[in-house]
Amino acid sequence: MTLAIQLTYLVATALFIFSLKWMSDPKTARRGVLAGVLGMALAIAGTLIDPSVIAGNYKWIALAVILGTVIGIPLSLVPLTAVPQRTALSHAFGGFAAGLVGTAKFYYFVRGGQEVPLFVIVALCAEVLLGYLTFTGSLMAAGKLQEWLPSRPIIYKNQNLINFTLLVAAVVCCGLLIYDAPRFAYLFPVVIVLALLFGVLLIIPIGGADMPTVIALLNSYAGLSAVAMGFVLNNKLLITAGALDGSSGLILSIIMCKAMNRSFANVLFGAFGQVQAAGGEVEKRAVKSATPRDAAELMEHAGLVVIVPGYGMAVAQAQHRVREIYDQLTKRGVSVKFAIHPVAGRMPGHMNVLLAEADIPYEDLVEMDEINPDMPQADVCLVIGANDVVNPAALHNEKSPIYGMPIINAHKAKAILAIKRSMNPGFAGIENELYYDDKTLMVFGDAKAVTGEIAKCLAGEEGGR
Amino acid sequence: MKKKLMLMVLPMVAATALRAAELNVADLAAGDAHAGESADYMSLLFVFLLSTFIGLMVINQVSRLLHTPLMSLTNAISAIAVVGAILVGGRSYVADGELTWINLLGLVAIVASVTNIVSGFLITDRMLKMFKQRGSK
Repeated sequence: MTLAIQLTYLVATALFIFSLKWMSDPKTARRGVLAGVLGMALAIAGTLIDPSVIAGNYKWIALAVILGTVIGIPLSLVPLTAVPQRTALSHAFGGFAAGLVGTAKFYYFVRGGQEVPLFVIVALCAEVLLGYLTFTGSLMAAGKLQEWLPSRPIIYKNQNLINFTLLVAAVVCCGLLIYDAPRFAYLFPVVIVLALLFGVLLIIPIGGADMPTVIALLNSYAGLSAVAMGFVLNNKLLITAGALDGSSGLILSIIMCKAMNRSFANVLFGAFGQVQAAGGEVEKRAVKSATPRDAAELMEHAGLVVIVPGYGMAVAQAQHRVREIYDQLTKRGVSVKFAIHPVAGRMPGHMNVLLAEADIPYEDLVEMDEINPDMPQADVCLVIGANDVVNPAALHNEKSPIYGMPIINAHKAKAILAIKRSMNPGFAGIENELYYDDKTLMVFGDAKAVTGEIAKCLAGEEGGR
Repeated sequence: MKKKLMLMVLPMVAATALRAAELNVADLAAGDAHAGESADYMSLLFVFLLSTFIGLMVINQVSRLLHTPLMSLTNAISAIAVVGAILVGGRSYVADGELTWINLLGLVAIVASVTNIVSGFLITDRMLKMFKQRGSK
């Protein structure tokens, strides 16, 4: 029986690796999902035949599975603009599950009065800490993304000191538990509370624009808590699958940090909002504004149009109107490309999914590093709801809080159109020099309304001919 | 760029593994009754190390286009915690096999994990369906 279980787990592991490997190309990616589903089905089947699972409990397990399915299906049907908060919420579920299993295991050990090997108790502490802090941290992230909580950083005095003290207290409690679990068992609930509290306090000072990094990091934590669970339960499948998830989160968070030229520590403890004033030293020159009709005419006569989408496009749900512009322009032989900054939006790859939803072929979604050399050839660069990722201050203004961050070189285009609600600086409170550039025309208004107008102008002119 | 990334990641992984290995050595040095099991812990660490390497290499190849679906897919895969939840929730802790609160914790963990499995795989597929090449309608 054990052999059969282990073999099932082995096949499941291979399927999970293939699943991720097939994600390397959009053509094979759906096969990857199938491999993942098969792997998971095998893993569950293998676990159900484990001799320690008694037949009398199957009905309860079935009930739990049904309940999970009932909650899971609606969560998979959310609009694509809500994918970041759904992802954060699922990290919360993952962390919660790990925390609960760790708690159950701890009391099982303590009650049984058996000696717990050092390795197991260390892993158990890691599982519980990571699990519960991921749980509340991800709930906070989801709340901010859904705007149930203010998405600006919540800052108070001595914040980092308080967080650090909490973490130290939790680690000390864990140390005592590791030293003598039965004697200090009363500290276990304290560890849980500290971890829950730490998760909350760690995430509330982080602003909306940093969410891509935070989500990736929490993804990594959820994976690592599954690894720790594998160490506790002596289960290799948990370790392999958890490690795959952990490394995925790690890579994504490194990519996000690099795309902002910041370190993990800076994202987690930097409280971006505090440096607001420093960058706002662009002299207040007049901006040139244009109507949607002007914008349509300008783009119509262009050879290459590069569109830079940002979170503003997602908020306004403007992607379908953007697609109409794309259609009208390509019909006229204008080449249209989308320049995607790695941190555009609220999670890694957010813009790609939204534009794919609007049926824009993925060949025209171009990464920042690939599009930048072509920017001087672009006749028009259309910026929709993006701000910091096209701010040239990042390149030359050392006082700017975003100095050093790689940007899409919108300012190199022959003309720039920026769609924006007003001249209020964006979330980070940084003035964008691009808007004051002589080549820039501002089109004021809601992104969805303006893109709709532009599309209508383009379509109307065609009809008139 | 990839090389640089690996150079950044590898020492972190190595340091984690090393630290864990030290703990294990301490365990062995204590010479307790679990010496036999401890050898097994070492192999768990090897499994962790190797799967992290595989993970880093495989994920590095993932197209940046697909980072959002990748995240929801790994979400579903990390809900492998369901295995642990079933083992904890499904076993019997008292003689008559009645449910204890330890079972209940496991069962709630099953609900949370299955939620992730179901919603994770479904939404990944839903998103991937949207990625189309030019001309394919």
